[in-house]
Amino acid sequence: MNTFELLGQGLIAALQVQNLIYALIGVTLGTAVGVLPGIGPALTVALLLPVTYNLDPAGSLIMFAGIYYGGMYGGSTTSILLNTPGESASIVTALEGNKMARQGRGGPALATAAIGSFIAGLIATLGLAFIAPFVVKFALSFGPADYFALMILAFVTVSAAFGDSPLRGLTALFIGLGLGIIGIDQQTGQTRLAFGVLDLLDGIEVTTLAVALFAIGETLKTAADREQVEASVMAVKGSVWMTLEDWKRSWGSWLRGTFIGFPIGAMPAGGADIASFLSYSAEKSFAKKPEEFGHGAIEGVAGPEAANNASAAGTLVPLLTLGLPTTATAAIMLAGFQQFGLQPGPLLFANNASLVWALIASLLIANFMLLVLNLPLIGLWVKLLTIPKPWLYAGILVFATLGTLGANGAMSMGFGSVRISFELVLLLVFGVLGYLLRRFGYPIAPVVVGLILGPMAEQQLRRALSISQGDPAVLFHSPISLVLYAVAIIAVLLPMIMRMRGKGAVLGQLASDED
Amino acid sequence: MNKLLLAALVSGALSMPAFAADYTILAPAAPGGGWDQTARTMQEAFTAEGISGNVQVTNVPGAGGTIGLAQFANQDAGNPNALIVGGYVMVGAILTNMSPVTLADVTPIARLTGEAVAIVVPAASDIQTLDDLVAKLKENTGAVSWAGGSAGGVDHITAGLIAKTIGVDPTQVNYIAYSGGGEALAAILGGQVTVGISGISEFASQIQAGELRLLAVSSDERVPGVDGPTLKEAGIDLAVQNWRMVAAAPGITPEQKAAITADVKALATSASWKAALETKGWVDTYLDGEAFDTQLAADIAATETILKDIGLVQ
Repeated sequence: MNTFELLGQGLIAALQVQNLIYALIGVTLGTAVGVLPGIGPALTVALLLPVTYNLDPAGSLIMFAGIYYGGMYGGSTTSILLNTPGESASIVTALEGNKMARQGRGGPALATAAIGSFIAGLIATLGLAFIAPFVVKFALSFGPADYFALMILAFVTVSAAFGDSPLRGLTALFIGLGLGIIGIDQQTGQTRLAFGVLDLLDGIEVTTLAVALFAIGETLKTAADREQVEASVMAVKGSVWMTLEDWKRSWGSWLRGTFIGFPIGAMPAGGADIASFLSYSAEKSFAKKPEEFGHGAIEGVAGPEAANNASAAGTLVPLLTLGLPTTATAAIMLAGFQQFGLQPGPLLFANNASLVWALIASLLIANFMLLVLNLPLIGLWVKLLTIPKPWLYAGILVFATLGTLGANGAMSMGFGSVRISFELVLLLVFGVLGYLLRRFGYPIAPVVVGLILGPMAEQQLRRALSISQGDPAVLFHSPISLVLYAVAIIAVLLPMIMRMRGKGAVLGQLASDED
Repeated sequence: MNKLLLAALVSGALSMPAFAADYTILAPAAPGGGWDQTARTMQEAFTAEGISGNVQVTNVPGAGGTIGLAQFANQDAGNPNALIVGGYVMVGAILTNMSPVTLADVTPIARLTGEAVAIVVPAASDIQTLDDLVAKLKENTGAVSWAGGSAGGVDHITAGLIAKTIGVDPTQVNYIAYSGGGEALAAILGGQVTVGISGISEFASQIQAGELRLLAVSSDERVPGVDGPTLKEAGIDLAVQNWRMVAAAPGITPEQKAAITADVKALATSASWKAALETKGWVDTYLDGEAFDTQLAADIAATETILKDIGLVQ
């Protein structure tokens, strides 16, 4: 049977009322938790695992996949409207999306995110169905040295892409890298920088840091800035729908985001956050109006949002075909498969073909549901901006605290008989850090990027060196890593050359003025 | 705004502690892992068999189970309804992390299940048998890279024990730690490392598909349904298994311990438990009372010795 017939049979199975209901529950819940900062699809699926224990395997897995897709949609909403990413993959969306919302263009920002997510989800899900075997072969050829090169590329592009000053960008990145060292070292099992605090043994939770820096930091800055509090909220000007120019500027970004996100999601060390970072950098360099970046460029929303959805579909490639979970959510979905006695891997497509194809087909359906669910509700989301700021930020504080407590609420610290949550203390400490960084003009995102990618880069570097028995030449052996390093060097040099050229042009202009 | 309210309600409901329970089982790992699945399978069987009316599972992940263990020992002391799931990995983690709380600070009840460790190579490897691997290790121990689960865990310990048994220096074992056998799979299938070592269930479908070649399993007897020799049959006099156990809180009375042991025994001999083991592919290695205490003490001593040999514990 060819892929079309299998997909057709899957669609018939997915269109059963029961499976449609599971998909609808999944996407609705996914959008809701995606909107909520701190609570992500991984946590939601994990909490639902015991509940679905006795349910139908296909239905439960369809629901989990719906939550995953929905989370990617929902995460963009709070990034754009509140500058509070619901997911680590939506961090870069906040950069341009929130600027757009402040200019009264929240509607088009949400629309380009939703339509971009839909198009990316559609293409990437079809990609999952048709080219899964080939993508997996390519991803498998990545060794530790190649992953390290990929991380270097990500570091370079991130510190170049965020903020006006590379020094400030690098400073922020190194704060994140430093935080990433805390906890048990994977290669030796020894603890580093935990100072005997049990809660630090497993390192700093990325969501806690992200919520603190973005939500708490922003709240503190708003509270500290008297004028800003008194300023009235920008009403939404003009149409909430995208203009013709928005469409023209978005479609290329959607496609680029999709083609960046899908392969990166399919790589064992990829993930939606890396895909969205890279997409943002790509959009910034491709943009016809790069000066708009940092001031609400629609490409900076369209690209990363397409990339994170495409990457969610990409993640399912190694999960289904190899049993390799590449994100936290995928890891918990893997547990979901095993709960039903199913082992994702090369044999899953052979032994449980009907289930796999029903799952893939229902992803297509979930994608349509999300578009229907999100587009008409844009007006509703935009109304959030008209809420008075004190209410809005009080609400953000409540949601950030609730999310952190829900994820890691153990009351593990105490003063006498009073128990408090260590995670909440961390949230507040990092919130103050976030305020200070904003106050002194340091970019926030590289801190989070450093925490996510730093430990991965370190582990891959040490694995590579361990396999080669300490010979650093291994880092430059494979053609993949050489290409990645070359791209990294170009990414550093190109802006410098362009800047120098620009300076030359200005000097030339000055010289001609003197004549 | 309605959406946000809905989201708040959903998160509130999700994070709300459940009703009063007869037993609370602490799984010191994230949802989905082996300990979590053990705890949830116990939950199912406890209620299905009517041994306990209402069972609640909580997850406290991190640091090879030592974070959950410390919290359990501190907060549940004297509570006769509190149970914690643990296993061999915890024994190693307590030693490598220099955890202030050890298994001596809780009341071990019984060993429940066990799983063999599998030693595999990719199909394209020139290593055909365990003898080929031994020859390579003797020739240049460091040139053989092993990919497996966390440092100091059962996979790492088994690799160290193999080296020690065949007479090569265990500190030279080139072990590359991944967060689990599943993550290590990519490195093994991609030929980045020489050999893979992890629980048999992590590799079962790839072995069946012919993408990995099974050199040996670490258990005393062959694993049903898997075509491969034991280490002993292949010429290495060694048997290791990754076992999982259940423990009760510290400070309970001998009567309370006896009552819990009776409940756990009723669980382990029940039809629903056996059916669950069948589905999950876990081997029943039930052991309780003094026999378990002796076995546990021996395992801890042996683990400490090998971790010192590998160089992870000073």
